[in-house]
Amino acid sequence: MPVGKLGRYRSTDWSLMSTWTASRRAVITGIGSVAPGGIGTKAFWDLLANGRTATRNITQFDARQYRSRIAAECDFDPVAEGLSPREIRRLDRAAQFALVAGKEAIEDAGIEVDALDSHRTAVALGSAVGCTTSLEREYVIGSDLGREWHVDPRYTIPHLYEHFAPSSMAAELASLIGAEGPVNVVSTGCTSGLDSVGHAAELIAEGSADLVLTGATEAPLSPITTVCFDVIRASSRRNDDPEHSCRPFDKTRDGLVLGEGSAILVLEDEARARARGAHVYGEIAGYASRCNAYHMTGLHPDGREMAEAIGSALNQARMNATEVDYINAHGSGTKQNDRHETAAFKRSLGEHAYRIPVSGFKSMVGHSLGAIGSLEIVGCLLALEQGVIPPTANLHEPDPECDLDYVPLVAREQRVASALTVGSGFGGFQTAMLLRRTVRP
Amino acid sequence: MTAEVARAGSIARTPPTTRAVVTGIGILAPTGLGAEEHWAATLRGECAIRPLTRFDPSRYWARLAGEVRVFDPSAYLSGKLVTQTDRMTQMTLAATDWAFADSGAPPDNGDGYSRTVVTGATAGGYEFGQRELEKLWHQGPDFVSTYQSFAWFYAVNTGQISIRHGIRGSGAVVVSEQAGGLDAIGQARRQLRSGARLTVSGAIDSSLCPWAWVAHQACGTLSTRTDPATAYLPFDREVNGHVVGEGGAMLILEDDDSVRTRRTEAYGEIAGYAATFDSRDPAREPGLRRAAELAIDDAGLGPADIDVVFADAAGTATADSAEAAALATIFGRHGIPVTAPKTMTGRLYAGGGSLDVATALLAIRDQVIPPTVNVRDLPQEYGLDLVRDEPRAARLRAALVLARGRGGFNSAIVVTEFA
Repeated sequence: MPVGKLGRYRSTDWSLMSTWTASRRAVITGIGSVAPGGIGTKAFWDLLANGRTATRNITQFDARQYRSRIAAECDFDPVAEGLSPREIRRLDRAAQFALVAGKEAIEDAGIEVDALDSHRTAVALGSAVGCTTSLEREYVIGSDLGREWHVDPRYTIPHLYEHFAPSSMAAELASLIGAEGPVNVVSTGCTSGLDSVGHAAELIAEGSADLVLTGATEAPLSPITTVCFDVIRASSRRNDDPEHSCRPFDKTRDGLVLGEGSAILVLEDEARARARGAHVYGEIAGYASRCNAYHMTGLHPDGREMAEAIGSALNQARMNATEVDYINAHGSGTKQNDRHETAAFKRSLGEHAYRIPVSGFKSMVGHSLGAIGSLEIVGCLLALEQGVIPPTANLHEPDPECDLDYVPLVAREQRVASALTVGSGFGGFQTAMLLRRTVRP
Repeated sequence: MTAEVARAGSIARTPPTTRAVVTGIGILAPTGLGAEEHWAATLRGECAIRPLTRFDPSRYWARLAGEVRVFDPSAYLSGKLVTQTDRMTQMTLAATDWAFADSGAPPDNGDGYSRTVVTGATAGGYEFGQRELEKLWHQGPDFVSTYQSFAWFYAVNTGQISIRHGIRGSGAVVVSEQAGGLDAIGQARRQLRSGARLTVSGAIDSSLCPWAWVAHQACGTLSTRTDPATAYLPFDREVNGHVVGEGGAMLILEDDDSVRTRRTEAYGEIAGYAATFDSRDPAREPGLRRAAELAIDDAGLGPADIDVVFADAAGTATADSAEAAALATIFGRHGIPVTAPKTMTGRLYAGGGSLDVATALLAIRDQVIPPTVNVRDLPQEYGLDLVRDEPRAARLRAALVLARGRGGFNSAIVVTEFA
């Protein structure tokens, strides 16, 4: 086993020798959310802390012919959220989510956009499928319901290119915060929402930016995305009981439930945040990603690469397994995922894995692909702040193969000084991030 | 688990002393399959822009493209893999194989954690995607391929490269429109500085299908001309937009220790990188000049140390004049040779930046600047020393490569000799 008696992940970590970035720590000073069950971070936390589920029968399109007809949808009214007619007409739903969450994050951070050093302000936005919903809608119109291979430009919208290249969504956020530093979309499938924030922390650590508007957004609820998961039988068929359809770590789980949403964070150089007296939610203490080099959709049951990512993140944070107070699982509710990550937690944290509470938000807000990682970061930051661990909803019959403490059904009040959140996605991506309430010198 | 665990993909905590050295190049472009075929055609100044053949473009007003005409994926990939992948992935995998072979890097004798991969993409596997959309909407959900879930999304190339080459370190994907080909290579350098020993990086885009074409036409900057010799004329007074191409380049980058230990030959080094973004406020200067200056500074060089610029060469009067102004400010009017070999391929989107980096490395290897073709009427007020029609021999130690993406993305890379 790679974990020693003291819970230290055993690997030679020469990078700890250096103090290069000791003065450049990335802390979170603002959060904003658009999530199923309610718009805004307060509504999102209320759902999580009460263990309510927002999964329901799909209303955004006629899903009758699909195998899985369930999703966690956002009740999102762009007019009520203050978007302009131009933004509503021109932007994909995912970009609209990001703008609304971005505004909340900026306001929460208490920053004056005009007073920022724009050259030192960056954007790193995660998204797995970009503006697919709009692209599909335009395809359907331009191809006359798929009858023509030639898509007729007379019927498609003039700003179609903005949907074609999802980098346009990062450009919208850049405009919102006036960023003139590095701006990017990070698109590593279902780990995008962790990798984008990890990239943002990297920009701060290396000194390329002092403040990064980061996070992720996704609005994938469309026929083509639904069918993607249908044909590989990855999504739940519990269409007659949508509220209880996503059951991570439960013996009766039968697949993931799609979701949508966005979480945007203001990430800042710690020194800058302290100097302006900002409220600090916590720091990105460690981040690592790995590829499984195994299969585009399959997972090797031993969880080796995710364990490697966790071990690397721990080493970077200079933390022992014993210091992890909470694990936010990927918990997608598929047979293979929940086994895979249970193995990864044991492999990377040893016996301590059995003592650390683990829970999965997807049971409540579904799997919003690229966005979920950032929504999970927000949930973890609030767990750190509130001393409450949100539960795994719908977990009634534990799977004997998943034998950790998954905090079933009811939230748990407990001091949380650090949280580990992980993600796993198509392409073999495995990502781990450690969040810590107080910045360790 | 006992093997060395690289901190690749982690937040860098080491001083940035690790150098990112390019040891392998794989090019798949309208100008040729393989680095040497591309380089020879580029030096000959052969324009590969032609009438589009991937589909019948008669219903569209944009009818030219820089197509890769002779690529047969089944010559390089298994039938199973060809079935599962879009053309852009097939090209990426072939070019990555060539880059690995070129680098001479031995198979990883560890567990793969010290190797990483980062690709850039403008769009996904949209040709594959359009076929599946057609099945879904015309025939029904049961007819959609089980591979659709991973064949078209933006992360597909990184995932497939990792599987094909046993790469288990960090996998990354950056999307910043046409600046993405440089941003991917910049991110690769970060990974090497974080402890990776070898990184596969670059970008290859291909979206020559009607679904994508309608979007390309809508971007408003495509050339309306039908003569390949006059369609894409960056910096020319007769400028008329650009032509879409497909292809790009994949690179193998290794840290300088590995290169010295292996005593292998290297093309050069990614010495400087920076990215900026344009404000929508028209009163503010676009970020291209700042990106270039930051990259030169990041390389520890000054403008006088740069020997050639591979321009973005957008092909609109506004963008061309802004780029010329930025170069004149940094280097002085007529202060540096500038070239745009992409006039032979069309704009390859994210692939364009990677291909320009590869071409710049070949230029340094052979000490010759490849030409810009077709440009006839260069406005004097631009103050550009544009290398036109014929290659120009020159002492080349450092090249600046620029790329801009729609929406305001600017990226710059400085490549230098590795000694």
